[in-house]
Amino acid sequence: VAVGILDVDLCGPSIPRMLCVGRQDVHQCDAGWVPVYTDAQKSLALMSIGFLLENPDDAVVWRGPKKTALIGQFVSDVAWGELDFLLVDTPPGTSDEHLAVVENLRKHKVDGAILVTTPQAVSTGDVRREITFCKKTGLRILGIVENMSGFVCPHCSECSNIFSKGGGEELAKLSGSPFLGCIPLDPQLSTSVEEGKDFIQAFPESATFSAISHIAQAVLANIAAA
Amino acid sequence: MADVPSDAPEHCPGTSSVEAGKTSACQGCPNQRICASGAARTPDPAIEEIKQKMASVKHKILVLSGKGGVGKSTFSAQLVYGLASDTSTEVALLDVDICGPSIPKMMGLEGEQVVDYSLCSLFQYVEDNLAVMSIGFLLSSPDDAVIWRGPKKNGMIKQFLRDVDWGELDYLIVDTPPGTSDEHLSVVQYLSGAGVDGAIIITTPQELSLQDVRKEIGFCRKVKLPIIGVVENMSGFVCPKCKNTSQIFPPTTGGAEKMCSDMQLPLLGQVPLDPRIGKSCDEGRSFLSLEAESPAAAAFSSIIQSEFMCNQTVL
Repeated sequence: VAVGILDVDLCGPSIPRMLCVGRQDVHQCDAGWVPVYTDAQKSLALMSIGFLLENPDDAVVWRGPKKTALIGQFVSDVAWGELDFLLVDTPPGTSDEHLAVVENLRKHKVDGAILVTTPQAVSTGDVRREITFCKKTGLRILGIVENMSGFVCPHCSECSNIFSKGGGEELAKLSGSPFLGCIPLDPQLSTSVEEGKDFIQAFPESATFSAISHIAQAVLANIAAA
Repeated sequence: MADVPSDAPEHCPGTSSVEAGKTSACQGCPNQRICASGAARTPDPAIEEIKQKMASVKHKILVLSGKGGVGKSTFSAQLVYGLASDTSTEVALLDVDICGPSIPKMMGLEGEQVVDYSLCSLFQYVEDNLAVMSIGFLLSSPDDAVIWRGPKKNGMIKQFLRDVDWGELDYLIVDTPPGTSDEHLSVVQYLSGAGVDGAIIITTPQELSLQDVRKEIGFCRKVKLPIIGVVENMSGFVCPKCKNTSQIFPPTTGGAEKMCSDMQLPLLGQVPLDPRIGKSCDEGRSFLSLEAESPAAAAFSSIIQSEFMCNQTVL
């Protein structure tokens, strides 16, 4: 399966670090910009402004129109090749980046959006507005994920709901969207993404992996059912 | 918005933007030549007007983060609760997160009736000495989305700062969305005449957050915004049952402490994770008041009273 990730969080591009591709240059070919591959098999292709910065600490201090223009280029000028899936990672909000992605991808088939929330009301409160954005722009909602959902103490196994619990599921019910599942807080997941390690390879027995896997299956089923 | 002419194309950056006449959207616009020459870019008179309006505001502080979800609005809420606990201190919290205005909920003001649609009605009072302003008060339903591009957001922020009678304030705290974009540039630009004391930057211990904080620091230096210091949120979790500490967001590269040391910036404090913080925010109540004995409240209080809140800022 060939997958691409397009990182349109221009001010805070985390995808390069999370997938351990650090300082990479983006090259041109006849077909356009060559995405950065995470492995020799080219199973995962990435594009992020993080690859275009001279220094990873450089701030991208751009107003909306400039962000919109680059996102347009990311969609039209990157030679993605044959992909089974293209995931687009967005920053929080309902503004330039989100409109740019929807408008530029409109002529291609967009399967839909996955909305991620923490269980807290303050978070679901914003995701309700994101749901409205999807409805207004004609984006199908593939489902809602409740992230950071509970923490199991590694010492005594007591579960603490640090960011509350159940808000994502409640939001899904309220909005008539599919609820995809909960992912717990997991220091091993945090460390893996920090260090760009493949969490799924490293911790296949973990409850977190099981949760993520279940969600992925649900997303695939929703796409197939469309 | 005043500086997007009626004959401008979609995605016009605005005639007062530094990119006026130069973006791809400008191609073919009848105003392109004028804009590109810089002639259209006169200093916005709003800057002087805002300077006048802000003359009665003693301290203006921005709360920034690079990354979303690090607890910036949570911190802003506790900061104003803490500052306003002295009833002789006049405090206002301005929420410029136009797309994700969570401040009304955190301050217990969700669902407040907007009397009319004038800007004065955007001021809602938590206490006599604590006022909050947010676009959230204009949204009639919790499902309403503000789907605005940059120029429209900038116009709203200008109105917030220029058209409101701020009155006599000891502190104006400005809560921002994550990033280094329109909202941040506009707040800094429009307050450039009035002067901002500085910015507090919020992070978690993770390198993924610090990576974006360094960009935020770069932004501050670029726009000459002094940095009051950095707050590390979500810094460890003490299990309520066994009392062992877990680093849920591990400081794989040394956390804010190392970053501040490397960049010679003050670390104002570290606030641990505590489920009661989120609960208080969801209920719109002051965590500082409700759980005053907790380690997290002690951490917040210590930051608020920190000497760095009293004008010692670092550029």
